[in-house]
Amino acid sequence: MSAVAQTHSLANVSSRSRLRLSIFYGFLLPIVLLSLLAGVAIGSTHISWSTILRVAELKILPQAWTSSVHITKADEVIVWLIRVPRVIVAFFVGAGLAAAGVLLQALFRNPLAEPGLVGAGEGAVLGGVISFVTGWSATSVLSLPLMAMVGALLALFIVYAMSTRGGVTPVATLLLAGVATSALLSAVASLLLSVNIVNWQIAQEIVFWMMGGLDARTWTHVWLCAPFVVLGIAASLIQTRDLDLLQLGEETAASFGVDVESSKRMLTLTAAILTGAAVAVAGLIGFVGLLVPHAVRLILGPSNRTLLPASALTGGAFLVLCDLLARTIHPPTEIRLGIVTALCGGPLFIYLLLRQYRGVANG
Amino acid sequence: MSSLEARNASVKRGGRTIFGPTSVQIGAGEITALIGPNGSGKSTLLRLFAGLWRPDSGEMLLDGKAIHSFDRKEMARRVAFVPQETQIDFAFTVAEILAMGRYAHRGRFAPQSRADHDAINSAAAYCDITHLIDRAINTLSGGERQRVLIARSLVVEPEFILLDEPTANLDIHHALDVLQLCQSLSHKGKTVIVATHDFNLVTRYVTRLILLQAGLLIAEGPREDVLGPRTIQEVFHVDAEMIPTKTGHPVYVFHQHTPS
Repeated sequence: MSAVAQTHSLANVSSRSRLRLSIFYGFLLPIVLLSLLAGVAIGSTHISWSTILRVAELKILPQAWTSSVHITKADEVIVWLIRVPRVIVAFFVGAGLAAAGVLLQALFRNPLAEPGLVGAGEGAVLGGVISFVTGWSATSVLSLPLMAMVGALLALFIVYAMSTRGGVTPVATLLLAGVATSALLSAVASLLLSVNIVNWQIAQEIVFWMMGGLDARTWTHVWLCAPFVVLGIAASLIQTRDLDLLQLGEETAASFGVDVESSKRMLTLTAAILTGAAVAVAGLIGFVGLLVPHAVRLILGPSNRTLLPASALTGGAFLVLCDLLARTIHPPTEIRLGIVTALCGGPLFIYLLLRQYRGVANG
Repeated sequence: MSSLEARNASVKRGGRTIFGPTSVQIGAGEITALIGPNGSGKSTLLRLFAGLWRPDSGEMLLDGKAIHSFDRKEMARRVAFVPQETQIDFAFTVAEILAMGRYAHRGRFAPQSRADHDAINSAAAYCDITHLIDRAINTLSGGERQRVLIARSLVVEPEFILLDEPTANLDIHHALDVLQLCQSLSHKGKTVIVATHDFNLVTRYVTRLILLQAGLLIAEGPREDVLGPRTIQEVFHVDAEMIPTKTGHPVYVFHQHTPS
């Protein structure tokens, strides 16, 4: 085949994947925007679009420009202190869990890996419980996310230590270690909870948090979560080429010049930061880290450079919409967010999986 | 001239020596087969040469310098490794797989350069996989996958290409295809090392054989020096009959060993 034809063929491929990416974002970005707006506009109290716009003007534009804006105090509180922080927290939790899922799936070369499955989620929960029980969470609000990250990190290291022999981490052993570690950490968290049941207020606080969900999230929660998620995603983005190679196997990665051990440490730390930040403000919410990367991978392919940012955005929008469903589907009761993510995620997951298998079989 | 060398290298696992001490040198431009029965240490020696494993005693040298004193990326640019397992479960396209071969050449944030692009194109053309370039790797046949992974090692533009059992999962047609490709790589000036248990298949493609048994070097040199019926009987525990063929390379036919 001539050199011209080869160049042509490669150029074709990259322009085709660029087109696919543009179409994907062409759909995703409006969905992200609409989900955020809908999350603010829809709820038990009806808020008009113009009210939202006016509150946004009031809060974002300089004072001098907004002296003529008039809204009721109640509307301002509902929009700015209840809905907006909740929607933002939902977005960042979703983005963090999805990005953590991408990292863990590449690291363990298993599409089933997600924060909840490899111990990170339960580790973060235990870290959070410790910060409640010791009273650290009362002294400093930062202690909750930090302890959750430490917990997630410790859990991931324990799982690694349990499953790594002679520099090799068999996936099956790793997943078993993840399940066992999750069970153990969850038992320790429950034990701490039972022991502290004498202090009714603390116990209530912990239970409320452990159940997971986004009710009554405030701007404090936004600041506890968003910077860490942004940091974690930025750190992930500079590691995508290592991730691609690790996904093909540690030995392959090493033979192409990846410093496998240090890469794995960095990725573990990044996944722990993302998981910890998400769990700290929303408890353990399943399915997002499993479903979102999987779905995006089926559309955009497994290359982590495109998969990671796309999954983070999709995860954010997904969780905002799930939360919207959770609080509007059966008012005035709020359904637990985890139930909604599982109900939305499960069927879609099965459908995508079936389609993939059929595609492979036909191809 | 660049060379790879094992100097009294040995590897321990769980307190037991599983390889060596063995000394052997590979010179530039050769095509060498590491042969021996299962567990003889072929793959171990290959991994030592690739710098993937570190000897517990003795030394592994590249150009007379300890392999582990080389920068990881420099080592990766000079010695490429093609693993035995070609199965990849994620749907990376062939183009993406090939681009990964440039990991050690590109900075973390550098976009793909002209040189990267050219290396990928010419490797794909050389291994005749240009038509597969936008296919997902997990939809290819075993022979196609093997070619893709060999192409990826060429993308590195290495001096040494190390292949672990490249024909193990292939039917005879594709196996010969892959060996032909290895031979042409050595004609192109690459130093090729193939670890395989199927010496019947490789002998006509290689210039030198290294025979291992229980982690120790038994014999090395051209085929006629290494694979006499007596050595085969001792190492593989079978009786071998050499049958001349029109290619000039005899084939071996094996019989269950009967003590006489």
